[in-house]
Parts: sequence; C-alpha cells; structure tokens
Amino acid sequence: MTSTQTGLDRLREVFSTARAESRAALISYLPTGYPTIPGSRGLLTQTLDAGADLVEVGLPYSDPVLDGPVVAHAVETALRGGVRTRDTLDLVEALAARGGRAVVMTYWNPVLRYGVEAFARDLAAAGGLGLITPDLVPDEAGEWLDAADRHGIAPIFLVAPSSTEDRIASTTAATRGFVYAASTMGVTGARDTVATSAPELVARTRRHTDLPVGVGLGVRNGAQAGEIATYADGVIVGSAMVSAAEHGRAAVARLTTELAAGVRGNHTGR
Amino acid sequence: MAAPERSVALPTAGDGLAEHGHDPDGGGHFGRYGGRFMPEALIAAVDEVAAEYDKARHDPEFLAELDRLQRDYAGRPSPVTDARRLSEHAGGARILLKREDLNHTGSHKINNVLGQALLTVRMGKTRVIAETGAGQHGVATATAAALLGLECVVYMGEVDTERQALNVARMRLLGAEVIPVTTGSRTLKDALNEAYRDWVSSVGTTHYVLGTAAGPHPFPMMVRDFHRVIGLEARAQVQEQYGRLPDAVLACVGGGSNAIGIFHPFLDDEPVRLIGCEAAGDGVDTGRHAASITGGSVGALHGALTYVLQDDDGQTVESHSISAGLDYPGVGPEHSYLAEIGRAEYVPVTDAEAMDAFRLLCRTEGIIPAIESAHAVAGALRTGRELGPDALLLVNLSGRGDKDVETAARWFDVVDAAALPTTEPVHDDAAAGEREL
Repeated sequence: MTSTQTGLDRLREVFSTARAESRAALISYLPTGYPTIPGSRGLLTQTLDAGADLVEVGLPYSDPVLDGPVVAHAVETALRGGVRTRDTLDLVEALAARGGRAVVMTYWNPVLRYGVEAFARDLAAAGGLGLITPDLVPDEAGEWLDAADRHGIAPIFLVAPSSTEDRIASTTAATRGFVYAASTMGVTGARDTVATSAPELVARTRRHTDLPVGVGLGVRNGAQAGEIATYADGVIVGSAMVSAAEHGRAAVARLTTELAAGVRGNHTGR
Repeated sequence: MAAPERSVALPTAGDGLAEHGHDPDGGGHFGRYGGRFMPEALIAAVDEVAAEYDKARHDPEFLAELDRLQRDYAGRPSPVTDARRLSEHAGGARILLKREDLNHTGSHKINNVLGQALLTVRMGKTRVIAETGAGQHGVATATAAALLGLECVVYMGEVDTERQALNVARMRLLGAEVIPVTTGSRTLKDALNEAYRDWVSSVGTTHYVLGTAAGPHPFPMMVRDFHRVIGLEARAQVQEQYGRLPDAVLACVGGGSNAIGIFHPFLDDEPVRLIGCEAAGDGVDTGRHAASITGGSVGALHGALTYVLQDDDGQTVESHSISAGLDYPGVGPEHSYLAEIGRAEYVPVTDAEAMDAFRLLCRTEGIIPAIESAHAVAGALRTGRELGPDALLLVNLSGRGDKDVETAARWFDVVDAAALPTTEPVHDDAAAGEREL
C-alpha cells in the first residue's frame, strides 16, 4: 500500500488480485462489539489471517430490519455491551494498521447522527475502504456520494432480485468498488441453498456494470462459496460467520479456511 | 344551540383521496422529511403500492367501493359531539369531539385499513401483515382481512400483548395470527422491524398494511389520504353546526395518523391552530416519554427521515407512555414538516394529565376514551383555559377506551387489585378461543 492510494483504490485491488488468481474474493462480516469489543477485534483479525480478502465490520444498530435472528442477536449483545460508533472506526483503524482491508456495513441513522461528512472523513482516516449501506438507496444518498467521493472511499449499494432493470442501472452507477448482490428476498441468515435467483441477479447486474459483483445472504459453507465463485467476483459470508463466532476464534478460523478453499476450488474464472 | 338539519351531503372517504395540493415530491419528501430509507429489496414493492394507489385514487369504481364500505360497514360519517359538561372544565371554551371512537372496531384505524385492504385485492395479493401497538390497528387489519378474505398476520411487541390482551383475543377471534415480538424493547418499534422482515421475504404475495402515516413513501401520503375523511367531515360538520371554523384542532400524535387525518383539510385555513398532543410519559425532562417532536431529533427510522428518539450515536431510544398506541420513538414525516414550517404545534401531555382528562371525560360526558385520545382531550382542556370562553375547539376522539379499562382501573385504583385478571388467564382465554375456532 502506498500513501497516495485511496480506500477505493485498495478496494479495487482486492478484486483485481482475486481475478488475477482466477478466483472470487472472500468477504467476512462480523459486528463490532460481539461478543465484546476486544473479542470482535480478535475474531476479525482471525478471519483475515485465515484467508478472508476483505472484512465487513458491522456497526451495531438498534433496529436492524434487514437482519435475521443470528445477526440481530449479535448486534443486540454488542449494544448491551455499550458499543459506540467510534468503536467501529477504531476497530477499522486497528485492522488497517496490520494490513487488513476493511469496509464498514451500517444502517444509515448512525452515520446521519455522526455527520455524513465527518463519518466519511473519519472512516477514510481510519483506513477504511468503503461503506455498505443496507437501508440507504442512491435516491437518498446525494450528500453521502459527495462525501465518499471527496474522501476516496467506496459507496457500496445493494441490488436485489426484486430490483428492476432501471434500478440496477441507477444503483450500479452510484456504486464504487463492488456491487453487493443480495441473493435472496429475505433477511440475513445461513441457508442450505443459496437461492436460484442469485446467478440470475448477478447476470442481470453485469449487463449494467463492469464493477465486481459480490453475492451475500445465505452463504454458509465451502461448497456454496465454490458454487457462487463460478459466477460472482466475491462471496460474502455474514450470519454463518457470526454463528461460528459464538464458538470462538478457532471456529471462525475453520470456517474461513473452508470458505477460502471454496472460493478457489470451483472457480472457473470469467 | 340547535343543530340545523344537514343541508348538503358530507364529504366522503373517497373525497379524501382527491388532489389537494399538499402531496410530497415524487420521492415522498415533505420538505426535507420523509423519503425512502429502506432496503433496495423492498423498493419495488413500495413502487408497486405507489403506482397502484395513484391509479386507485383516480378510479371512480375504487372510490365508490371505499365509500360504500366506509358508510355501510364502518359506519361513516362519524358524528361531532358538543361536549358541554366537559367544556365547563376548559375555561368555558366549547369542546367538540369528532367521534372516531364510534367507528366499527372502535377507532379511526378502520379508515386506513379498508383502503389498504381494497388496494391489496387490486394488486392481486392474498395476504396482509401489520404491526400493532395498542392492538387497534391489528384489530382493524384483522377485521378488513376477514371482510375481504385475506390471510392476516399481526406482529405485536410481547410487552403490548400483555398490556392489551383483550385486543390479542379480538384479533385471534377474527382469524388473524398474532405473533408476539420478543426482540429489542418488545414494543411497537420492534413489531415494525419484524413486519419489515416478514415483508422482505413475502413481498410477492403480501401487502404490508402499515398502520400509521409513517414509514417509506407512499405510506405517509396514502395513509394520510385514507384518514383525511376525518377532517373533511369534521370541517363541514363544525361549519354547518356552528357557522364557523374552529379556533383550534387537537389530536394525539404517536405515529400521527389520526392527527394528520383531521389536521390536513384545515391546512389552508390559516387562522385555525393545529395542535398535536405528544405522549410525554413521566415528563419530557425525565427522559421517559414518547414525544418525538418535542423531545427528539431528526433521524432516519423505519423508512423515513423524521423526528425520532435517539441517543448520541443514533441508536433508537426506548419510548415510554401509558398509552401503547403512542409508545413509539418516531413520528410521521409530514408532522415533522408541519412542525418545522410552524403550521402545526406539538405539545407534550404526560401520563398523569392524560389520565386526569380520561376520568373527566368519563364522568362529564359518559364517554370512555382510548388513553391515546385522552391526550388530545387533555390538550384541549389546557388550550381552552388559555383561549377563554369564546373559543371553539375540535378534538379528534380517535378511539374508545374498552381496551384500556384494565389499565385505567389500576391507575385509579377503582377495583380491588385482586379482582383484576392477571396476565396469565387472559392469555389462556385467548389461546382457548383460537383452539375452538
């Protein structure tokens, strides 16, 4: 990493490196403060060391409408433990200091409250690469898009199976770094099968953008990761990682190793 | 004063949907408030609702069917009652009560659910979900679902299922499934979260009958329009019976649907004060309240930018009110806008003030109001004393108090506590009812 690189530049590298190795990138999600603040730092470090290319650091929010029981419970635990917005930025800084690549995933209100410009500035200063906003659509993101651009970090938006062609076009146009394809019409949570809608959604998304596409929602094992890696540029694992986190660092390392093999194993390239 | 025979027909529910020049912009913004702060996965669904509502409000058949149901089924128009004995306690100011408590299901909520249930059928969907606090919206939704043959699931915070057990039983009798929500503070806001989670998984077959004029566009606009009939009727009734407009219109504000419904047709009547009575719980300065505008700040919650109760990090703060229906840490975005431009005032009313007004209305008028509505009555007593005997005040009596009898009995200690049902048997009764049906 050189000092002239922006967060967005380094996020692009995550995907260009994976592509050069003919594989998908592995992206692990864990929330700040679960089970404790130092505990979450240990778990995120663990998944990076075990092969995650990028981590999504979850900023806990009191009303996580897009999250299923596993993530919602972890986030509630974190909030009961007194986690603050600043803790997520500090965690990103700690991970970045040891070379880890991190984006933040947050519902919008904590950012609004912190100040949109201030959050972009402080996330960039902490070494964060971008921000995933599950309840902010580009239609409402004018101020955020300007701030993210000013500070060189990636605004990452979601597309869903229900998104129209027009919305995929406008959403991907506002997105930088990679597009988050929510595979399933539903909340977060590991599933036995990732919906058949995922390949179709990725294909539809590619008709509108050359950005890498990451697939999330429902991924829980190496085989699924391998399957997704055949058609997507990134495999995002959230609830399954949080479930592993319940069993400690070793479980997170094991799951990450399995998933990292998965994104390499079956990947046929594009 | 003798009220003359009605000379012209009152406005109808369908008239509430007519163009009135106070719609938000295309993205659902009232000034800077409102909009859509919600997952992309649900944008197509709210777009569909917006498009269907736009068609429906211009479709004479839809309007005729809505009018027929509101008249023949819900019992509209609701009367305006001259509360003479109550007025003696309001500095002599004359208090008029818009009697939404007399609607079928006992509150204003039926106005909205009949509209949204008809819209559900138009969209070809077969299942409705709803969130409920006091249970009034859940009961109304279950009612409309039964009437139109729709499957119905109601999410209700576990705390609320306990304090409003009677309404849980009502919903189950009407064939709805009631799911107690055990996450977060286990109240209305968590019921909303759970309803959104259901909707994102079921949107192909399901319409989310949002219960208040809040949430993402088009709900604040659409729910308001379905409730505008309250204000349209009342404006005509007051003008006809008293030969002038009221000096002030008062309503309780939780999410704010009954308030926006009665306020809205008076927006262009500049001299008419619009006063929203927020639930101040133990008092706004105690931090234990539900007064989002008086004691909150601007944030994004449940789909809209509006006033919310939040901490320094933007985490939603738990609200407190004796009234389950007002116990919500946000407010509809149009109220935030009306507060900002100064067209409406929002005042806090504590639990104690509301309960005093509750008792006074019971004893002076023979009307047991919903505790929610008692907040508006308290606001009217205060405003009347301020304005004096020439004032004419219109109060939205948004619901009846049957559901609150147990809470009130405990508050006033009017029965031996041992004689009141504990929570357990009430739950058993409800479960038994479900089994038998």
